[in-house]
Amino acid sequence: MMNAVYPGRMQDKDFTRKVEEASGQDISTCYQCGNCTAGCPAGFVYDRQVNQIMRAVQLGLKEQALGSASLWYCLSCSICTMRCPNNIDVAAVMEVLRHMAREEGHVTVPRMDKFWLSFMDTVRAFGRVYEIGTMSLYMLRSLRMNTDLDLAMPALAHRKLPFVPHLSKEGASAVGRIISRYRARQEKQEKRQ
Amino acid sequence: MRIGVFICHCGSNIGGTVDCAKVAETASHYPDVAYVDDPMYTCAEPGQAAIEEAIKKERLDGVVVASCTPRMHEPTFRKTVERAGLNPYMFEMANIREHVSWIGKDKEANTNKAAELVLMAVEKLRHNRPLVPKSFDITKKVLIIGGGVAGIQAALDCAEGGVPVILVEREATIGGKMAKLDKTFPTVDCSACILGPKMVDVAQHPLITLYAYSEVEDISGYVGNFNVKIRKKTPYVDWSKCTGCGACTEKCPSKNTPDSFNELMGKTTAITIAFPQAIPKKAVINAPYCRKLQSGKCGVCAKICPTGAINYTMEDEIISEDVGSIIAATGYDLVDWSVYEEYGGGKYPDVITALAYERLLNASGPTGGHIKRPSDGKEPKNIVFIQCVGSRDRSIGRPYCSAFCCMYTAKQAVLTKDHLPDSQSHIFYMDIRAAGKLYDEFTRRAMEEYGTNYIRGRVSAVYPDGNGQYVVMGADTLLGEPIEIKADLVVLSVGIEASAGAPALAEKLRISYDSYGFFMESHVKLKPVETNTAGVFLAGCCQGPKDIPASVAQGSAAAAKVLDLFSHEKLQSNPQIANVDILRCVDCKKCIMCCPFGAIEEVSVRGVNKAQVIETVCQGCGICVATCPQGAIQLSHSTDNQILAEVNALCQS
Repeated sequence: MMNAVYPGRMQDKDFTRKVEEASGQDISTCYQCGNCTAGCPAGFVYDRQVNQIMRAVQLGLKEQALGSASLWYCLSCSICTMRCPNNIDVAAVMEVLRHMAREEGHVTVPRMDKFWLSFMDTVRAFGRVYEIGTMSLYMLRSLRMNTDLDLAMPALAHRKLPFVPHLSKEGASAVGRIISRYRARQEKQEKRQ
Repeated sequence: MRIGVFICHCGSNIGGTVDCAKVAETASHYPDVAYVDDPMYTCAEPGQAAIEEAIKKERLDGVVVASCTPRMHEPTFRKTVERAGLNPYMFEMANIREHVSWIGKDKEANTNKAAELVLMAVEKLRHNRPLVPKSFDITKKVLIIGGGVAGIQAALDCAEGGVPVILVEREATIGGKMAKLDKTFPTVDCSACILGPKMVDVAQHPLITLYAYSEVEDISGYVGNFNVKIRKKTPYVDWSKCTGCGACTEKCPSKNTPDSFNELMGKTTAITIAFPQAIPKKAVINAPYCRKLQSGKCGVCAKICPTGAINYTMEDEIISEDVGSIIAATGYDLVDWSVYEEYGGGKYPDVITALAYERLLNASGPTGGHIKRPSDGKEPKNIVFIQCVGSRDRSIGRPYCSAFCCMYTAKQAVLTKDHLPDSQSHIFYMDIRAAGKLYDEFTRRAMEEYGTNYIRGRVSAVYPDGNGQYVVMGADTLLGEPIEIKADLVVLSVGIEASAGAPALAEKLRISYDSYGFFMESHVKLKPVETNTAGVFLAGCCQGPKDIPASVAQGSAAAAKVLDLFSHEKLQSNPQIANVDILRCVDCKKCIMCCPFGAIEEVSVRGVNKAQVIETVCQGCGICVATCPQGAIQLSHSTDNQILAEVNALCQS
């Protein structure tokens, strides 16, 4: 679809529909009041503010929405959702955009993605977060060997960084089951499509 | 019977998707049809002339017009056939526009459906009987509910037109919200100076009876003959003796009473006179705060009153008034903004409503017109205004625009600069709605001459910074960045909703109201002051958000409607009403119980009790017809036989 409404931009109305379907939100109700941006605690590092991302989705500007680094700085705190006067679950839209970006292989801030994967790896293995494991995996993945090392000593001193994971046998297998069930469903759906 | 059928093309509205000539041709074979035509515009002058001519030439005694909705033109065509000498009820209408051409694209199916609707109308018309309306006397007196600027204007216009007015006001003084305002946009003239003379006129006009501190308790009757019960709430002061000297308010020891007239921006005494220009200027005791009424110990006001007007045992009084028409002008209330916890929800003393800010600006307000922070009494330097608090917000069920906040916010920014030249005002807005004469010029002045900082975006949160100031977290969507402002005072342009109790009053008036409590007009564009109940009219914000000029205009418009109504010596009742067949009536009284208008009474016919319809009260709703177990009630013009004829026509065609 080549609508030259915004010169030099590709508009894809199908993108709008897909985001609406996946998030269950009616994006057309956004009237750009900016309340999501006003409350966003991570907005100061965003390359595109939340309201601008919503606008991009409304217009079908897929490149601008999925290519935004803001998606990866979003903390999922949901203040945007809470403040939205039009009852749009903005945080859910951001989540959908993150998934879409990853599916398209378009992760603008790859180290954020690597951190997530590392976090999930430890959760899958131990049923809950294992800080040192997460950090080690992240360092290996990102090759940023000395990131946040300055925080290690104070955290150790406060006993916030145990060397042994908090192991909960039942919990670990239960969480493992949740994840494998999700995986299986995902594969099934992919086969159907 | 000789029936004429006219199939209207309505330009291409109907003609585009219905073969009107074919419908006319089909109709010419219907029983009793003596004449058919398919004019381009039946409602236009030539169209109506053609009907009149056909009636005379073809000796028609009934007419069917197939065109638009009867809501639109049934009265038009009734008058047309009446001019040609027919009874206006020997006319039927088939709606082939809203029910056919506008909703279907298949021309053949549309044409068939149109023909069937015309057949139904013809079959109904064949059972029509001429009906003659009854005329009845009217009480030429009007009740106006609400003494804000809209009600005041309506009262003055009615009284000047020679109609006696009963003006009922819930508060102790008339003036409504306008009396609380400091200045008014776009001319920045003093609100009390322009409203005051009108309030005095109300007090002095010989034809206006003012019941302040009173509420409408009950309304019965119908257009021309309403009976109203008014509850005069007790002020614990004999107003016939009170001179409004104010000595009691000075001596009252209960000085911690919340001041509702000042929007809680200060404290007052338990016995008060709302403000210096109050009409009537009479004292009222706020019972929950009066020491004498609560504990029996005090009585200072009674001792000090030079005329002995204080009466602690005074009780409410119910007054009965007969009126012929009613104007509802009950105004608005602020949306309950305590739901906005992100703005403190009322917890922060320096986050106030715009109406409270008006009281701070007002010379007769709690600060004598000096802008001082409620928390510490200091002059604010940085003032942030937040618009659309409780407006255009679906999440709290208030999706509509409150219409005048953009303008008063600009006005307050201008006044702030006048009061405090060193101050800086910031306004968070979504859209500037300045559609009115001199309005946009005014908001431009606020920006250009008064240096108001307009920021396009909403505010997510306001919180105290711990050093006496407030952090306002907003967004500048034009820049695409979050913005934080340190404010000394935050003013919320709180949106409006129908005043408390509006739905309950609507039930008493038997008028409709929308889901926000605003009263429904009869037609959004063409009948903005009428309601669906004859004789009841609307003025001001009770019908929807509007500013002072629009409220005044609507007050005058409602008065014109009353004067129009009262220009008739007698009123005619609608003859499409219920009739009781006394031979079938078994006096079960079910109809009396179900009638929403109290239009059915029990009468004795040769010693036997029977139901009887009061012709001028019956509205023809048909509930009694459906309820009567004996089938003893028939609705004129929609009898069982007529409805069956229509059904037969549809099923057998």
